[in-house]
Amino acid sequence: MKQLTILYIGRDAEITETMHRLLNARAEWKGLTTCVDADALSVCKTEPVDLVLLGNGIQPDEEQILRSGLISTRPGLKIIQHYGGGSGLLYGEIMSAMSN
Amino acid sequence: MAQFILHKGTERGHANHGWLDAHHTFSFASYYDPQNMHFGVLRVLNDDSIDGGMGFGTHPHDNMEIITIPLEGALAHKDSLGTSSVIQHGDIQVMSAGTGVKHSEFNANPDQKVKLLQIWLYPNKKNVEPRYGQITLDIAERHNNFQQILSPNPDDAGVWIHQDAWFSLGKFDQGFETEYNIRKKGNGVYAFVIKGEVTIEGHDLGTRDGLGIWDTDTISFKANSPDAEVLLMDIPMN
Repeated sequence: MKQLTILYIGRDAEITETMHRLLNARAEWKGLTTCVDADALSVCKTEPVDLVLLGNGIQPDEEQILRSGLISTRPGLKIIQHYGGGSGLLYGEIMSAMSN
Repeated sequence: MAQFILHKGTERGHANHGWLDAHHTFSFASYYDPQNMHFGVLRVLNDDSIDGGMGFGTHPHDNMEIITIPLEGALAHKDSLGTSSVIQHGDIQVMSAGTGVKHSEFNANPDQKVKLLQIWLYPNKKNVEPRYGQITLDIAERHNNFQQILSPNPDDAGVWIHQDAWFSLGKFDQGFETEYNIRKKGNGVYAFVIKGEVTIEGHDLGTRDGLGIWDTDTISFKANSPDAEVLLMDIPMN
């Protein structure tokens, strides 16, 4: 099975750290995390990102710029909202996104 | 014409972690059914039993409205907003996670279980300021009555959330019949039977069964056993 590269972007450093741990706890996922949009765009240029999770605190105007930048780097990239909750929602969100 | 989806209590997702015995109405953690992810904005309906002294360590949430209803025992809550509290049967707890909040939840008693429902709704507004609230209700007011425990309005009965949702709890005598009028056009209702046997819109339900109903304005209800307890969640379908 191909390992999915998943990029999480959120504004809270502690939540981002938790997400890094959760995403890298499964062998089938490689988790990359950042609080900074510019870093997210750089990562997307160098890593084979399959899915982006948008986490907490990203304002609508920031999200629009971020989505536009990510898509222009990787056309067809899947970008979804992540609603926190530790591991409760994560698997379902990723599986649903990747099956669509 | 009204539409329905039935979730039998015995067919829910189930995870027994020893200290935690959890039943999930919708996909959660290791229970994943792509056909059963949510009902409208209702994303999580977990039915948890936690051993004495045990619980969930500090973990984050964001952009979710989280409602906790203790059924038995007491739950201790601490969060990054500075809240430290204990809730028990009769209390309703709400947390708007918004831009992000961290919290822990532990059984407040060392020697008895705490049983609770935890419900997560998608909010109608992202990145709100995180907020905690709890309220103690007069349980007597839900005798043969759907007592409102949650609404979108801070001035209305119960706790409030960032969503056009109304929750009600009722405890009914056998044979009691009533109707529930949906509060907002287009909303659906998810009925969860906490205890007993009831008939809702012609569907016979037992303990821990759930019934989602939409495309209707009114719902018929009848209690078929003594002390039947039901939670109604009147929520947007989109």
